[in-house]
Amino acid sequence: MSTQLRLDALRGSGVIAKPHNARTIAALTRNPGCTRRAVMDAAGVDKDKTAAATGHPASIGKLSPLAVARGQGFEARVKSQGGAELLRLLRENLGLPIPQAHYLDLGGDDDSVIGGRYLRSRSALAASADSGPDAGTLFDHPMLRLQIAGVWVYLEPDMVAFRLEDKFYIIEIKSFAIVDGVADPGDVTRAAIQSSVYVLALRNLLADAGHDPNLVADQVILVCPKDFSNQPTAHFVDVRKQLTVLRRQLARMADIDRLLDSLPDGVTFDLAPDAHGLPTRSAADLAHALRSVEARYAPECLSACELALFCRHDAHDAHSTAALGRTVREELGGVDCTSTAVALGTGTLVPTDDLVQAAETLRAAHALRTAILGQLA
Amino acid sequence: MSTLTSYARALAAETGQAKRLGTVRHLHVHDRPLVIVPLTLAGETNAPVAAMAGSQHDKPTVIVAGQPRMRSKRLDFAAELAEVVLPFITECAQRIEYVPTGRDGSEMRTRMADAPQLWVPNPGGISYLRMLGRMTRLRKTVGEYAVPLPVPEMGKWLTWFAEQSEFADTSLLQATTRALSGVWATGQSSVEDGNLAALMAWIAPPPGQSGAQAARRAEDPVTCPPAGPSTDPTFDAVVLKPALDAIDKATSDAARARLLQRLADDLTGQLQPTWDLVWQAIEALRAIPAGNHVPHRWERDRDNFGGYYQHLASDGRPQARRDNAERSARRLNDLERRLALYDAQRAFDDPMVMAEYRMGGDAFCGNVIHAEPDRTVKPGNRRQLRPLIVVQTTDPLRLLPGDADLTDQQRPKQTATILDVQHSGTATHVTLELSGSMGRGLTATPGSVPERGGTVTYSRLRTGYSAPGAFPDRDSIPWTHGGPPAQHIATEDDAREEWS
Repeated sequence: MSTQLRLDALRGSGVIAKPHNARTIAALTRNPGCTRRAVMDAAGVDKDKTAAATGHPASIGKLSPLAVARGQGFEARVKSQGGAELLRLLRENLGLPIPQAHYLDLGGDDDSVIGGRYLRSRSALAASADSGPDAGTLFDHPMLRLQIAGVWVYLEPDMVAFRLEDKFYIIEIKSFAIVDGVADPGDVTRAAIQSSVYVLALRNLLADAGHDPNLVADQVILVCPKDFSNQPTAHFVDVRKQLTVLRRQLARMADIDRLLDSLPDGVTFDLAPDAHGLPTRSAADLAHALRSVEARYAPECLSACELALFCRHDAHDAHSTAALGRTVREELGGVDCTSTAVALGTGTLVPTDDLVQAAETLRAAHALRTAILGQLA
Repeated sequence: MSTLTSYARALAAETGQAKRLGTVRHLHVHDRPLVIVPLTLAGETNAPVAAMAGSQHDKPTVIVAGQPRMRSKRLDFAAELAEVVLPFITECAQRIEYVPTGRDGSEMRTRMADAPQLWVPNPGGISYLRMLGRMTRLRKTVGEYAVPLPVPEMGKWLTWFAEQSEFADTSLLQATTRALSGVWATGQSSVEDGNLAALMAWIAPPPGQSGAQAARRAEDPVTCPPAGPSTDPTFDAVVLKPALDAIDKATSDAARARLLQRLADDLTGQLQPTWDLVWQAIEALRAIPAGNHVPHRWERDRDNFGGYYQHLASDGRPQARRDNAERSARRLNDLERRLALYDAQRAFDDPMVMAEYRMGGDAFCGNVIHAEPDRTVKPGNRRQLRPLIVVQTTDPLRLLPGDADLTDQQRPKQTATILDVQHSGTATHVTLELSGSMGRGLTATPGSVPERGGTVTYSRLRTGYSAPGAFPDRDSIPWTHGGPPAQHIATEDDAREEWS
């Protein structure tokens, strides 16, 4: 069976694959060891619906309408008047020599035809690569694409690619503030991972058009509100590290056949929706299918994966030490179960050969707790 | 994290009950703390929506910013919060005490007899106070964009509190989740411990429920609203956004007042559960005995409080937007020294903390099985008293012969050097040579050297004075570090800074 047919079977009959975007691709890099996630994402399974159907609805992905409105308002402001404000920033904040720049909107009325917009973006960006070194142009609404597990994913950046001094820059507009030159490190990291997806896609696009992919800078330009105002400010962010991680994970996903081979025959995540789109498949049956694919739950999943609460439930049932944190598992000598760890600590379990050293440490920990804390332990 | 805390987590997970991490708490719990539970508008940079504040559990002050997107309303909010915060600070500065100082302790200096202690629900609350401080401290009280005097006053204080909270050893500003996690291990991850309701559920579950069961229930944002500063996205969609839009469109003052009152009630409903949890947490922590060094650290906190109080009275300039090279270097040095001291004090106050060092092989505890208190050596011209002891321990020792500068808490000024380490069965025999703090002659003062049969714990931890690093004066900072920094003068630009 071809890869595509196998993925279609996993997703279920007549269900359209849930498209990736830069955010979901970025999330792929968060837990690269998880087969369940890799397979479901490759097949384009709607994890949100799946999680709800198992009785463990997702806790992530809810956005406050207030935050969304603020984000959209800020982006519109930055891009207004042909990006005039953005140009001023690039000149003043980043010292980029831009004599003048054209503003080219690659979006259009035929947005329904994604492929068309991609081709338009490709020819415009390739033409820019052909022209002189100072042909500064702001591209708004470009369309890029990236192959994820053998499937083309179209990326609609909410931002603009730019050419100057012989380099293309990805511009990422975010609505978290940079106060006195400092932003929340978590926010910056998330923005960097997302932008690295665009950098990679733009590099592929140029390579496709016969250009040097290194024309795309490995620094992106992050545009954020300055201090407590609505005024934008711009900073360079280096995304080389994120690019490495992303490439590694995509290469792994490209090898999806190997992961599919490990699945039992006939497994599917089909929700078998009725005429109203409500799942008819029983939660137990669905859970059984999910459990046939190995997951690697860690607490970080709670903020990155729709299926996290389902996996957490299973991890707790299995007394998983990793569910308490990856470092906890390491510090317990790599023991998988909390029940094993405690039994080794109290000495009620005789360690197997591979756990002798871990058992020694756990017994010492238990002895110290009992000796020092006494009743409190 | 360490093996012992991880093991405690495993135990908690297996039993469904939170487990104590140590014998004592290492933070000071004030008799009358000031609790602030703030909420901000999602997506905005520090747009206060509401706050509950006060120093008595049953008498909270609720402050609501009717339209957080408007600059003037944010300032009104800050002014109202200042009415709670500033009198509280002033009250703590009413009494001073005299402490001996100088070489022989014959001189006297003053110290604040009290200091304010602030509590917020979580580390996000500390970031919130820092941002609110930054937003308000540079405002001017005269001229264009003038704000009431208490607004920048509070801004300076909040900035100071946030700066202090970066020191490991301070009790001036506490994030409740962090304070609880220092005392109890739960059977969930540290990520999940960030949820105050879930964390408290583990520590003090309702009757008839295990910690694990109670924590799952506490994760429902409807029954347990998030502890902020961000509000629940569903609350934003269903209540907050419609309310703010309606207030914007209200046609009469009466209608606006009615809408505001309803919004205030809804926000109180979001704040109250967290408010109660913070007070519950403070009580739970108060019930744990304090470590021996806790009062010493609180003295330092009071000294620092007095110092900044004096600074504001005599100078009063707000903190700069960013530290210069000189201040950063000094501050980093302070952070490191105070952390090292805090680590040592905790280890001496709590055998469970010392046990971490013992498990890591950096400390060992055992019995003295042999002692030569009058041993002398003659490395040069003069004979010196260098007693020798042998300690038997079962701790996994990582220290080696030649390792020096070890001390035992009972004799902090006496150092030990390892001469020999012998393993026999499960026990290890460590031979130590001692130096210092045993009298002047060639005979050790009785009791100054550990005796046979005594219990000792040797490590490199120290609680003595450590000198601050040496840094150039402001005026001789080299060009590599930006040269002599300009004095920070708040400019009109700072005061005019745009908010939207």
